[in-house]
Amino acid sequence: MTNSRSPGDQALTAQAAAAQAAAAQTLTDQGVGRSVPRPDGAAKIDGTFPYAGDLFLPGMLHARTLRSPHPRARIRRIDTAAARRIPGVAAVVTAADVPGRATYGLIVADQPVFAADVVRYQGEPVAAVAARDARTAARALAAIDVDYEPLPPVTDPEWIVDAGADADPLHPDGNIFREIHLRHGDPDTRGEVEVSDSYVVGMQDQAFLGCEAALAVPAADGGVDMRVATQWLHSDREQVAACLGIPEHRVRLTLAGVGGAFGGREDITLQIHGALLARVTGQPVRIRYDRVESFLGHPHRHPARLWFRHTASRGGQLVSVHARVIMDGGAYASSSPAVLTNAVTHAAGPYRVCHVVVDGWVVRTNNPPCGAMRGFGVPQVAFGHEAQMDRLADALGMDPVELRRRNALEPGDVLPTGQIVAAPMPSREAIATVAARPLPPPVSQRTPVTSLPGGRLAGSDPSRIRRGVGYALAYKNLLFSEGFDDSATARVRLELGRDGTPRVVVHSACAEVGQGFVTIAGQIARTELGVDQVLLAPADTTIGSAGSTSASRQTWMSGGAVRAAAVTVAAKLLARVAGRLGLPADVVAQPRRVLTLVGGEIVASEAGVRMSVADALVADGPVEAVEVFRHRRTQPLGPDGQGDIHVAFAVAAHRAVVDVDVDLGLVRVVSMALAQDVGMVLNPMALRGQVEGGTAQGLGLALMEELVVEGGVVRNPTFHDYVLPTTADVPALDFVALTYPQPGAPYGVKGVGEAPTCSATPAVVAAVRAAIGRDLRRVPIRPDDLIGPERMVGPERMVGP
Amino acid sequence: MKGRRVGSDMNTGTGTGTDGDVMATTAAETDPQVSYHLHIDGVLRPVTNAWLSESLLGVLRDQLGVMSVKDACEQGRCGSCSVLMDGRLVAGCTVLAADAAGAQITTVAGLGTGGPARAVRAAFLAHGAVQCGFCTPGFVVAVTDLLARRPGADEDEIREALAGNICRCTGYGRIIAAIRSVQNARG
Repeated sequence: MTNSRSPGDQALTAQAAAAQAAAAQTLTDQGVGRSVPRPDGAAKIDGTFPYAGDLFLPGMLHARTLRSPHPRARIRRIDTAAARRIPGVAAVVTAADVPGRATYGLIVADQPVFAADVVRYQGEPVAAVAARDARTAARALAAIDVDYEPLPPVTDPEWIVDAGADADPLHPDGNIFREIHLRHGDPDTRGEVEVSDSYVVGMQDQAFLGCEAALAVPAADGGVDMRVATQWLHSDREQVAACLGIPEHRVRLTLAGVGGAFGGREDITLQIHGALLARVTGQPVRIRYDRVESFLGHPHRHPARLWFRHTASRGGQLVSVHARVIMDGGAYASSSPAVLTNAVTHAAGPYRVCHVVVDGWVVRTNNPPCGAMRGFGVPQVAFGHEAQMDRLADALGMDPVELRRRNALEPGDVLPTGQIVAAPMPSREAIATVAARPLPPPVSQRTPVTSLPGGRLAGSDPSRIRRGVGYALAYKNLLFSEGFDDSATARVRLELGRDGTPRVVVHSACAEVGQGFVTIAGQIARTELGVDQVLLAPADTTIGSAGSTSASRQTWMSGGAVRAAAVTVAAKLLARVAGRLGLPADVVAQPRRVLTLVGGEIVASEAGVRMSVADALVADGPVEAVEVFRHRRTQPLGPDGQGDIHVAFAVAAHRAVVDVDVDLGLVRVVSMALAQDVGMVLNPMALRGQVEGGTAQGLGLALMEELVVEGGVVRNPTFHDYVLPTTADVPALDFVALTYPQPGAPYGVKGVGEAPTCSATPAVVAAVRAAIGRDLRRVPIRPDDLIGPERMVGPERMVGP
Repeated sequence: MKGRRVGSDMNTGTGTGTDGDVMATTAAETDPQVSYHLHIDGVLRPVTNAWLSESLLGVLRDQLGVMSVKDACEQGRCGSCSVLMDGRLVAGCTVLAADAAGAQITTVAGLGTGGPARAVRAAFLAHGAVQCGFCTPGFVVAVTDLLARRPGADEDEIREALAGNICRCTGYGRIIAAIRSVQNARG
């Protein structure tokens, strides 16, 4: 900070100028555009950062949840008497104890807090227990006697679609969460070259590392104070309050440390159970899941069955895309209706195509509920449309990159929804960029075994390795779609710290789940207010909603709110200074015409005014503003799936290079290149972290990650059996950021986390196809798909029309 | 580990204190409560009436409040609970706590404030190797151990050595970058 000087001091000395430049330099180093490290990084590194599962209060009770072992059953009777008699058990609650609304849900409240008379998926909560320790709670669960009458589970989503109204409803709301029939152009126009096929996408899990946890404390006003790891505090509050039957203002939520999310914390899991037990017992209750319960307790990525028919002219122009999309929503709605919109509207990929027919369904089954996961309906269709583009390139005898480049969307093109593509949409540049990146050296006899598929353990023979290169292009909508009135709120306060230096306090309900909003918020505040020190107040429900940390939206939305509030604070401060200096009323009304806030000083060059921010605050106290940021309004999805429904898009292209051991059925991803439309970059280091993480999750879906469900029963709800990518699986990412400012977004940013997940999966699969010459119509690819007998897609039927 | 340390230190309250002769018939006897001491980061910590079946991870977190040791899978598959046991890298969830009595347990807090641990911490922060951070303390333990044993490890070796530590956020790129920067700075 430079020293304050009197308003009359006209001369700007060389020394002061140098000091100001130095201050500006320091500030710029921590402002937007710089690789600022995380403010919570040091605590996370030394292990002192408190996650939800680490929270502890003396005398707190430990809660656990009883879950149905059956995917579908009638509950004849629940007897909790024996469990209640166990010493140390404070409470046992079932559906009968839910005082408010019996059900909850993100979009429609169709999921019971506890199953009452029927269970619809394996793992559905039936009761919960609070006891003096977790071990006693576990014993109490074992002592609860539930008399189930198992029923045959309905687990085939195609059967639900085919049976339609003939099928017995699995739920009073029916079996179809949503169907969309998109029609664009002429349904009968076809190109001369045609390719069609079916594809299957398995169930992926978010597998965030920090399992679900919350600490609920009963309050004197009959409400509850809760610390919870979540993606959306205000949505949780609304649902908890409704089910407890109390006003929302009596449910006060504060974000606890979140160990990853990826969509898996957008839905309620243990929040209502914990809050209910705290109210019933009158004591603090900690509720948390272990890994098995986490796998059973939160919704997953929708498995999908897809059919596509692509046609093109002989010259390689896409003419038509017809598709069927059947998604398995599992037992309850979660965000299924919105996921289907994404799948249907993105089904043709980021390509210009005039004639599009997409029929999509998301249906209820007795499989585990599915909802949000990074990409939100797009990774499923991207796997399909990119397989089709490669097929089409083969049929045309055309290079797959050239086919994509030739058909890639550009600004001004019309999407299958009728929406006009706005700039930026650098899809051509994205695919061309990855294609031009240098390739890794080929496998030779000198390649060390640690660089071959399976590494040291497999001991592959280099002569049995086949190299493949694959490409994919995908786009993903940003923010909430379909006319949702989406907003984010932030409060910014400029004040003096105890040491007399100015500091900024930022308050928002934005859930920091690892993505780095806490870093970005600080950068924005520094840039707008020229103050180094920024504190983040805990995210909680005492301020307006920030919306969900999902849909690639928080940097844009909550970042926009923080920026708007900071801008207002600056304007108020300048107006105050203008008033104090006795400047004319029109200047006080519009102080920016004369005064600027730069480098921690308020400067009016023409008037010869300089005043430090500290001096301005000393006299009249802190300056504060709350602002609500909204993105442009979109339309609801109209008839035939038409409408200006998406706010904006991000496009990404991947190139994958793989080695496949054709004896062992092992794949090693040798290199990945990514070119992505990222808007303007607020933090290059955080951007890299997002696109590398997104790429790894897409790679996981391609090669290893699947929650296997047989007859409605989850077979692998552990990290031993649900295989996640490790350092040995994920190669270094050759990343090129395509930076074009996004209109309507603060600083021209774009959300960046989801697009690379959508393009990574199809690129890896394309590379494996290229290596071994098999069609590979299912993800994740299993070793048997590579070296076993060639066969059609899985055991499932094709889903052609 | 082999249970060598269980016995003299152990107070089961059932008279079945020596290694291998826990011949119990009731639940309490098959999993008796035991008391012993653990050396955590150089400090001797008493553990009172822990269940014999409890893992080192469970005792560290639930009895001793050592929360930097994270619980993500409890199967030895994710490395979130990585600690050193007599200098050897282990997953705390796969070690019986009573077996660790007498051993020197080193968590991220006990790695020291100088040398490679300091460099690893600084590099993780500076290179963006942390997002949600849940895997981070375990990674710092595992990386510090690797660089102490194999300071010149090439990237393949690093990737193979750290394959027991899962990170779901970063895709590992910034973690590898942090490790390489430590190696480069140390020549």
